[in-house]
Amino acid sequence: MLTVRVRAFARMRELLGESEFNMVVPDGATLVDCWEALRTRNNKVDSLASVTRIARNGRVAALLDERVADGDEIALLPPVGGG
Amino acid sequence: MALFAIVRDPIDPRTLEGAVWSEACGGVAMFLGVVRDHAHDGRGVTGLSYEAHEAMALAEFAAIAGEAGERYPGLRLGIVHRVGDLRIGEIAVAVCAASAHRAQAFDGCRYAIDELKARAPIWKKERYADGTGDWVSN
Repeated sequence: MLTVRVRAFARMRELLGESEFNMVVPDGATLVDCWEALRTRNNKVDSLASVTRIARNGRVAALLDERVADGDEIALLPPVGGG
Repeated sequence: MALFAIVRDPIDPRTLEGAVWSEACGGVAMFLGVVRDHAHDGRGVTGLSYEAHEAMALAEFAAIAGEAGERYPGLRLGIVHRVGDLRIGEIAVAVCAASAHRAQAFDGCRYAIDELKARAPIWKKERYADGTGDWVSN
């Protein structure tokens, strides 16, 4: 099993009720598997699925078939509103 | 001060200008994003709350500055964004662009703030007079 560090921001943080937490996923898990694990934890994330970008270790993933590694940071990025 | 920063305390534009300007620069353009008292739909706003993925935002600022430097050779750029709870009239973001001549300074400043608003992992929640709030995207 792998442990990833999930970080959630803005509306996603409010949906999940916390800004950071560890999540355990199976060996060989991809970002898709991480998202499924998040849904299992709290299916409210579905409401933001179509607009949320996922970054692994600070880089936005173009495809969610990337495998994750133990200790990775998985950031959930809703639409931005800086400035 | 650093050319790219996420800060919690009030932004001092003159400090940023001092960091950006060099003796080769004859033009300095500064954009300040300031908290205003109303939303796009006209509702009264009492303040804004910002949060950021700081490491990713700083990397994005540097990437934007790199792109601006390619478009406008010789451009010097600084970007500071504040996070936390801001009141009406406080500066949320300062972009300072300096160049030998004014055209590159204006254009580089505009490029940087437009790209920041589109790309930087920073979020803004409007707080309304009735006590509610909502996340606003650009």
